[in-house]
Amino acid sequence: MSFQASAKQKILWTSLVALAFGATACGGGATDTATSDTDGATNPAASDLTGSVLVDGSSTVFPISEAMAEEFMAKNPGVRVTVGVSGTGGGFKKFCAGETDISNASRPIKQEEIELCKQNGIEYVEIPIAFDGLSVVVNPGNDFAQCLTVEELKTMWEPAAQGTITNWNQIRPDFPDQPLALYGAGTDSGTFDYFTAAIVGEESASRGDYTASEDDNVIVQGVASDPNSLGYFGFAYYSENQDQLKLVEVDGGNGCVAPSEETIADGSYQPLSRPEFFYVKATSLDNPAVEAFARYQIDPDNANLVAETGYVPLPADIQKLTAVRLDERRVGSVFEGGSAVGLKLSELLSKE
Amino acid sequence: MTSDLPSFQTERSSLWQPNRQLSKSIEMLVKIIFGAFAFLSVITTIGIVLTLIFETIKFFKVVPLWQFLTDRQWTPLFSNQQFGIFVLLSATIMTTLIAILVALPLGLMAAIYLSEYAGSNTRKRLKPALEILAGIPTVVFGYFALLTVTPVLQTFVPGLQGFNALSAGLILGVSIIPLVASLSEDAIYSVPQSLRDGSYALGATKRETITAVVIPAALSGIVASFILAVSRAIGETMIVTLAAGQNPRLGLNPLVPVQTMTSFIVQVSLGDTPAGSLAYKTIFVVGMTLFLITLVLNLFSFWFVRRFREKYD
Repeated sequence: MSFQASAKQKILWTSLVALAFGATACGGGATDTATSDTDGATNPAASDLTGSVLVDGSSTVFPISEAMAEEFMAKNPGVRVTVGVSGTGGGFKKFCAGETDISNASRPIKQEEIELCKQNGIEYVEIPIAFDGLSVVVNPGNDFAQCLTVEELKTMWEPAAQGTITNWNQIRPDFPDQPLALYGAGTDSGTFDYFTAAIVGEESASRGDYTASEDDNVIVQGVASDPNSLGYFGFAYYSENQDQLKLVEVDGGNGCVAPSEETIADGSYQPLSRPEFFYVKATSLDNPAVEAFARYQIDPDNANLVAETGYVPLPADIQKLTAVRLDERRVGSVFEGGSAVGLKLSELLSKE
Repeated sequence: MTSDLPSFQTERSSLWQPNRQLSKSIEMLVKIIFGAFAFLSVITTIGIVLTLIFETIKFFKVVPLWQFLTDRQWTPLFSNQQFGIFVLLSATIMTTLIAILVALPLGLMAAIYLSEYAGSNTRKRLKPALEILAGIPTVVFGYFALLTVTPVLQTFVPGLQGFNALSAGLILGVSIIPLVASLSEDAIYSVPQSLRDGSYALGATKRETITAVVIPAALSGIVASFILAVSRAIGETMIVTLAAGQNPRLGLNPLVPVQTMTSFIVQVSLGDTPAGSLAYKTIFVVGMTLFLITLVLNLFSFWFVRRFREKYD
């Protein structure tokens, strides 16, 4: 009898503890904010601009926005810029519902998102902010995969590979007989959409039997600890983890090219380099704080912030074109709902 | 007593009675409040089960049950959707099995030591220490498995990948040791001393007494603790999500990344799957599967305890 009573107490106790810790573990939430404390009084250039700017969207663009927001708030202590991370798709969902002023995106706005915004009467100005390359990485112990063609990457990642392409020697006959362990972006990330569109040829068509994570650190951890692995993620993440990973050159039809700031910006690293965007709600531009922050982000003087976060700043000609777009508040998307793969951004922008 | 109750009552009605109306209504109020709290957990459970059932029904309107049970792939988030629950189930079974292989012997032996061999002072110190282990957040266990245990295992286990079921299972086992040890120890400790004395009187040694008398006497409690621990291991989320990886694959190879049912739910919850989509419904179906498994285990445990419980007092 005494066992029964005390066993129940024990269960209660352990479940209470589990509940308490469970609650704290789950309390983290996905929205990270970049509202750092800044001391405006000591800043001589402090402006008297006030207001708040709500930014949400892509996790890829987040580091840029966060850095921009910190510097911007240091200069404008009256303005509060909040940057969230809901992913490109999640960001547009909020943006088109009118909940945010600026939506960060690692791909152009999609047709269904354009329609959603239209339904709700949200007009927006599309602004490229930086270039990003996706890097394909392998374990440093891998000495055979120096360069892979798009075709070979497709063999690895296309839906038909599921369950059948499981060995490195199926990719190229002279590769060793080693199991192939794949790591990549989760289905909700812009990186996933971009990689599948660029490599497989169809957006979000991918094999499903790989370690898919929205958290790039998981991919770094996986590839770094497994000699048979191959993974992909944003170039920025590679620069932060260079010592644990080995970069693979990609042959997009014009020979092997390794991703670097130069090859990404000049478009020679194809098809895995892409522009990053932010979308500003047209009516929000009437708010001086939002307008000032949008201008701040594309100001050539702040391009160093883009570089610091591991992205490639826009070349001068594109930078000028985007400034004009913002000045004229030109609404709509130059991509018309399509993908940015293989398109030269400068041509699209100057066509208008 | 009962025979002279009527006469007692008539006598009582003529006596002075205190006015207890206030105490009665307070008593009533307290009863309602406590009753409401007691039923709150029941109502919550019913709510959860109903939610699971409704979403599960919606899911099976789209995906036939046989496909759910026979598919060999699990890719509900990808364009070529496939829903083979055994892919996730195999990973859950594997991590749970490894965990049980760790927790069962270690927990039981710790329980026997604490109850039968340890002096009362040692017991007083060891038992709370064991319970502190139960209070370590599972996310800490998860990172311990990923960043400490896996690299150590990799030095002598060839082919062990960075994410794997082995280290996740081992640490999962460690995390449920307190549950097994503490509950089993209670069961063993509550076996009456007279049984042990009887066994000694027959000339049995201490070891013989423990294995032949004490353990069988406490068996129902020990089995109940095992089953509770198995349920915990099946439902445990953070450790397997962090250390076992998120690669849905069928099979029982503990050296490669796998995705358990719970870590699939985490994966979906981290992204922004639109509510109402098929991918969204799959988390409820997986949740339902988890719930059914633990329900069956708990029913078995109830049955076992009732069937084999020895009463000595």
